[in-house]
Amino acid sequence: MEIGEIAKDIRKKIYQIAHFAGGGHMGAAFSMADIISVLYFDGVLKYDAGNPEWEERDKFILSKGHASYALYAVLAKAGFFPEEELWHVGKPGSRFGGHPKMHDIPGVEASTGALGHGLSFAIGVAYADQADGRSSHVYTILGDGECQEGSIWEGALSAPTLGLDNLTVVVDHNKLQAMDDLEKIVNMKPFAEKWRAFGWNVLEIDGHHYGEIKEALLARETKKPTLVVANTIKGKGVSFMEQVPIWHYRMPNSQELPVLMEELGLTEADLEKREVQD
Amino acid sequence: MRTAYLDTLYELANKDKRVYALISDNGAIVYDKYREDLPSQYLNLGISEANMLGMAAGMASRGKIPFAYTIGAFLAYRAFEFIRNDICLQKQNVKIVGTGAGMVYSALGPTHHSTEDLGGLRALPNLTILSPASPLEVKKATTAAYGQEGPVYLRLGTNKEPEIYQEDYRFEIGKGVTLREGNDATLIGTGSILKDILDAAELLEGRGIHTRVINIHTIKPIDKEIILQAAEETGRIVTIEDHNVIGGLGSAVAEVVAESGKGVKFKRIGLGGFSQGYGTYAEVKEYNGIGIGRICKEVECLMCT
Repeated sequence: MEIGEIAKDIRKKIYQIAHFAGGGHMGAAFSMADIISVLYFDGVLKYDAGNPEWEERDKFILSKGHASYALYAVLAKAGFFPEEELWHVGKPGSRFGGHPKMHDIPGVEASTGALGHGLSFAIGVAYADQADGRSSHVYTILGDGECQEGSIWEGALSAPTLGLDNLTVVVDHNKLQAMDDLEKIVNMKPFAEKWRAFGWNVLEIDGHHYGEIKEALLARETKKPTLVVANTIKGKGVSFMEQVPIWHYRMPNSQELPVLMEELGLTEADLEKREVQD
Repeated sequence: MRTAYLDTLYELANKDKRVYALISDNGAIVYDKYREDLPSQYLNLGISEANMLGMAAGMASRGKIPFAYTIGAFLAYRAFEFIRNDICLQKQNVKIVGTGAGMVYSALGPTHHSTEDLGGLRALPNLTILSPASPLEVKKATTAAYGQEGPVYLRLGTNKEPEIYQEDYRFEIGKGVTLREGNDATLIGTGSILKDILDAAELLEGRGIHTRVINIHTIKPIDKEIILQAAEETGRIVTIEDHNVIGGLGSAVAEVVAESGKGVKFKRIGLGGFSQGYGTYAEVKEYNGIGIGRICKEVECLMCT
């Protein structure tokens, strides 16, 4: 399957998860759907879905844990667990909740959800791998709103100091947070320059352009961690959700649903009630 | 205690390359030997406790055994959510080492006092909490923390604590130690204040009151057996801690006693608020109502009722 088709399928699955769960952070998941699709399905991340603990694997840590549905959709597609499990997210008996938990879910490298944690965790993983002389790479995706957390800037200082060139951090820069435009809440400009000043190898890309994403994810600079500012559209893929803050956490109503289904290519059958299989 | 800890860590790190000393720019001179001999297992991450603990969790997920060290107050308060989510929730094999227990940094004031750390951390699932009383016990607790897979908080004092043990003994996580026998009342303590408790017990002995002294070096999981035996045999329990009376040792002992249905005369000695005043450690303890005189007074009070 061509990468654009894969990303489209991931978006469909994200909505299906939300549909069956009855809610979720869809805007944030759609925003990074192209990035995570390229990471897992365009020859970037080294992994073995049949052996999630493979020692030489690369690691992906979803720091913006509220975009979990994108991660779940990708891991299911990659074969870490059966797709059917996605239709019971957030339900009694399911190992999947609104935020990803390591140990419970194969392929999940860190339990995230509280913002501002994933970067430091990823730095620890990258540092340990480097100390062990492993060639594996560590990726993490942060939200741009998440970068208002002070701990992110502790990590931003730390990773270049440690010379972690086996670490790539992508900021899903959709310029929206839960309640409003990022810049109306906290002025973070100039965003890329801040990271550059902290000593990162900074790249700025269109976070929905597959070629640019792949190139950036594979970029390395000796002794420097890489920071990719991925300019994205929150809610990307569903016209009425795009760059509208309320879609941080909301479900479509009966007028909106047909539009969403049309745009994502979902059928009635895709959204039919599914029974929990024991 | 600090020297005992570092000597032990040095030995462990020498034997096991997975052991790392992570520090948050605290402990300048004391780490000299360690960083000279084991530079690849030493990381000063600067004044960023949250990042240090998040990173420690990441390292542990890759099989390392990080001992993350700085003043306990900065770990337990500043970085609480990192202890909770990154270390405890994920069951990472990180040893969180808080120095300056209670009001040990007496003249530095309440910002540097770890007087609510136990209260905050005790509720965290998967976390073992060790609070050794003397240099010898610090060595044993550090070794035990290393030997136990999973998150551990190790509460250390500073460097001036006297030894309270005359001879070697068996240290076991979760097992309290009876330091003195007696059947009139039981004094239960944790950390370096045990020395004061033993001195108070000696004074009380002179006044005809025979107290039992128990050292609870593991706050969690707490030794219910030794507490309930004391409740049964002495009928009076006084807890003494350099910590707020809410949430720490006294609360933990009270929970055990209350749930057992054994009625005892009970008193918690500890701080009622933020620490007040400055001075030597002994002076600050006295001023804040956790000195030897107060311990004796409270025991005598319980004896009269």
